[in-house]
Amino acid sequence: MTDATANISAAKAKQAGPQDAGFGDYVQLLKPRVMSLVVFTAFAGLMVAPGSQPWFISFCAVLFIAIGGGASGALNMWYDADIDRVMKRTSTRPIPSGRVTEGEAFGLGLALSGMSVAMLGLATNWVAAGILAFTIFFYVVIYTMWLKRATPQNIVIGGAAGAFPPMIGWAAVTGGISIESVLMFSLIFMWTPPHFWALALFMKSDYHKANVPMLTVTHGRAATRRHIWVYTLLLAPLSLALSVTSIGGPVYLAAALVLNAIFLKGAWDIFKRDEDTAEADAYAVERKFFRFSLYYLFLLFVALMADVGLRQAGLSIGSW
Amino acid sequence: MAIRQDSEMHQRRFGRNLGVALCLVGFIVIVFGLTIAKINQGASMEAFDHTPRVSVTPIVEDSE
Repeated sequence: MTDATANISAAKAKQAGPQDAGFGDYVQLLKPRVMSLVVFTAFAGLMVAPGSQPWFISFCAVLFIAIGGGASGALNMWYDADIDRVMKRTSTRPIPSGRVTEGEAFGLGLALSGMSVAMLGLATNWVAAGILAFTIFFYVVIYTMWLKRATPQNIVIGGAAGAFPPMIGWAAVTGGISIESVLMFSLIFMWTPPHFWALALFMKSDYHKANVPMLTVTHGRAATRRHIWVYTLLLAPLSLALSVTSIGGPVYLAAALVLNAIFLKGAWDIFKRDEDTAEADAYAVERKFFRFSLYYLFLLFVALMADVGLRQAGLSIGSW
Repeated sequence: MAIRQDSEMHQRRFGRNLGVALCLVGFIVIVFGLTIAKINQGASMEAFDHTPRVSVTPIVEDSE
């Protein structure tokens, strides 16, 4: 690029004020990648719940849960704009890059929060809507505003917000909370820390520049490895416990046994490694563990849905 | 024929307006679809307070 064209591009960028943001910039505020996990787990919660409802209501329930999740993402980006500007990974987000103003993000987040909760309540029931409202409150106020910048256990707390969608999906069908939905919540809640900390080990982010206390920085990388191992140990019995509830079955039990064995082996390997060994092979074990963690959660929920499908088809085995 | 090239800014604004329009149309479709689904769920209910009414429930013949 010549100096002249560079100057023209810079002038164009200066001209394009926040009012000229494209539609995609507003979609980016809703964190579409996080939304995909919300959509999948909420759908799984709906599918495994006892009882039935018209498919269009189920579709709307998942849609409003996803919009509620997206709204909390927009409010998170509004509040975290100061730290997003400092960190390289987040500096291209719509607010730090200047394409969307903080006020617009706040307005969009607030409007979508209200709309999604009201519409979920009208489409399904007010228990589901109440849990969605609490999820948004928890993610924005408890996590983003308060604990994210206060404790290195912030990932654990933030994980709770991501764990609510299957519970909301379950409540949308049943109108309540039960041991099954609490266990689905616990599964994602305990899965999030090892999943995220494995990423933190090989993606050296600049959280320290933004004064966000991440475990890798405050307690060191050896402590993070120990935390991954302990949380994976706690996760295994929780995920196995689902197999003895009304929604569990042989497919889920088999999947949980195999997946937990592989996950525990991966966490143990991470725990036993030191930084020099990890750096020597470019964090191969940590990367593999992180990739597998995505399959772990996805396959467990697929197995739950498979068992429900088998039961509905009249193919239950033994006491299941 | 006028030769007019839209600037990048115009394209962005058009995209944004189109996106908002599609969202509004989608919202209308969802509210309409929900209304139909809810009505089908409560076929024997009257609209003003959504509670079952004797006047609209099927007549059951007394066997005695």
